[in-house]
Amino acid sequence: MSAAAAARDRAKRRLGRLERPALAGVLVREIINFSSYWRSTTFSSTVEPTIYLLAFGFGFGSLVSEVGGLRYVEFVGTGTVATAVLFASVFPAMFGTFVKYQFQHTYDAILAAPVDTEELVTGEVLWISIRTSVYGCSPLLVAMVFGLDPSWGMLVVPLIAFTAGFGWACLGVLISALLKSIDNFGYVTSSVITPLFLVAGTFFPIDQLPEWAQIAAQANPLYHCVELVRHAVFGWEGLTDLAHYGALLVFGLVTWRIAIWAMTRKLID
Amino acid sequence: MPSHSVPTNAIQLRGAVKRYGAITAVDGLDLDVPEGTCVGLLGPNGAGKSTTMKLLTAQAIADEGEIEVLGYELPGESKQARAECGVVPQLDNLDTTLTVQQNLVVFSYLYRIPRPKRGAAVERALETANLTDRRDTKVDELSGGMRRRLLIARALVHRPRLLLLDEPTVGLDPQVRQELWALIDALRSEGVSILMSTHYIEEAQRLAESVTIMSHGKAVATGPPAQLIAEHAGHEAIEVYGPPPRLAEAEAEARAAGLHTRRTGTSVAVLGMNATNGRDAPEGERRPSNLEDVFVLLTGEEIA
Repeated sequence: MSAAAAARDRAKRRLGRLERPALAGVLVREIINFSSYWRSTTFSSTVEPTIYLLAFGFGFGSLVSEVGGLRYVEFVGTGTVATAVLFASVFPAMFGTFVKYQFQHTYDAILAAPVDTEELVTGEVLWISIRTSVYGCSPLLVAMVFGLDPSWGMLVVPLIAFTAGFGWACLGVLISALLKSIDNFGYVTSSVITPLFLVAGTFFPIDQLPEWAQIAAQANPLYHCVELVRHAVFGWEGLTDLAHYGALLVFGLVTWRIAIWAMTRKLID
Repeated sequence: MPSHSVPTNAIQLRGAVKRYGAITAVDGLDLDVPEGTCVGLLGPNGAGKSTTMKLLTAQAIADEGEIEVLGYELPGESKQARAECGVVPQLDNLDTTLTVQQNLVVFSYLYRIPRPKRGAAVERALETANLTDRRDTKVDELSGGMRRRLLIARALVHRPRLLLLDEPTVGLDPQVRQELWALIDALRSEGVSILMSTHYIEEAQRLAESVTIMSHGKAVATGPPAQLIAEHAGHEAIEVYGPPPRLAEAEAEARAAGLHTRRTGTSVAVLGMNATNGRDAPEGERRPSNLEDVFVLLTGEEIA
């Protein structure tokens, strides 16, 4: 072999990181599998937030007519988008990841192919984020039936849902990588996910809460998602919204890297 | 200039060590799989076979030693090696809600087969595994043997140069096992290099040109099955049947004659018989020595 050919060979040898064919492989697997379970996933991802929307909308809506300058149906209709985003991302990521590595050993098969853990996690999370960007919009459609006026800003909601969903999905992967048994998921759901989901300005505004809770809410990514969705629908607030979006990006970036680290530790001995 | 750097070993391990806490699963293993041959990795459960398999796909990272797969150094170049390798896992990890064909299509993407060749690759894999009529059947509805054939087909979809088989026939009935042997034998004759871990002696004896016997993470013997038997187990063994007291007696007689024995459930096998040492051996049925005898003689353990 000539020196040049040897050098070329050497250069080809170490394949790069986050390669498109590897991500495509992981995504194609998910898309083909989705054809067999889309009904149940779509059902739980859209019906559950709709029930919240109806329950709070009718329940509180009869008591409170206006919240933070919005009609209650407008307030809760936009807030429930965040709920839908959370449900469509963190739970499939938690349970799906755990089932795939623990019970179905799917990840062993994928990692035996030219796919690294980084690509595996990224592909899985991207797929959940894409789904979330669709499911996240369902409460808006339901709220429109009950009197929410359509607006151009709603077209940005899928992007917000995608970005927030990416972070939540990464958090879900991280949780499933850290927990040893699927029975422990209940602890995380009750102690982490539920408070995050309630103290985000989804069903009631956070400025009624004690000061410490208001400060804590600033650290809740779901709060930033709620604010962005409301502003997208009812009017942007410039730099504030950039900051909200920045918070979602940071959330996604940080959880992404930690999820990859935790899954590598879990999957590679 | 002719190429001299083409590796002659599809797999080469030198002093590979893998520890899990206090346990050393692979303990200084040397292993060669010459290109185009089938090598059997033989040993009881816990000998380190599965860990060795994981080292070869970088799903476990060795603590010490050098590992080369298809000329690529692991773990740094493992992704490239994996691209040219097929892996048949011990645990069935097919997507059970998908059809046979869908499972193969997924792997045609994961193994980066270019778009124009994907269809043909999937067809070829279906044919190899004799599953063409079952293409639209969901994996859930396949028999155990068909699922195993699909696992092999999935590993072959990208025409790998090297096939890693981890206990390919474990848990299958004898007829299905023979079917799979025929399939593996056909691949070997096509020039695919194969490393196969197994604890079925007959499997290794039939399919492998060379066998490495593992015990406690080490290779205790390596060579063609017939040669290992001749070297370590002599020509024949004597099987002594009878009630437990008779078996104990036979063991004592054999020991007195300086011969090794092993208990095989209902009998005692007196090992290592040849022309010169049989005179004081207990009476019994003579049979040819096998790899299992070699294993027992070398390690003092039963293999399965």
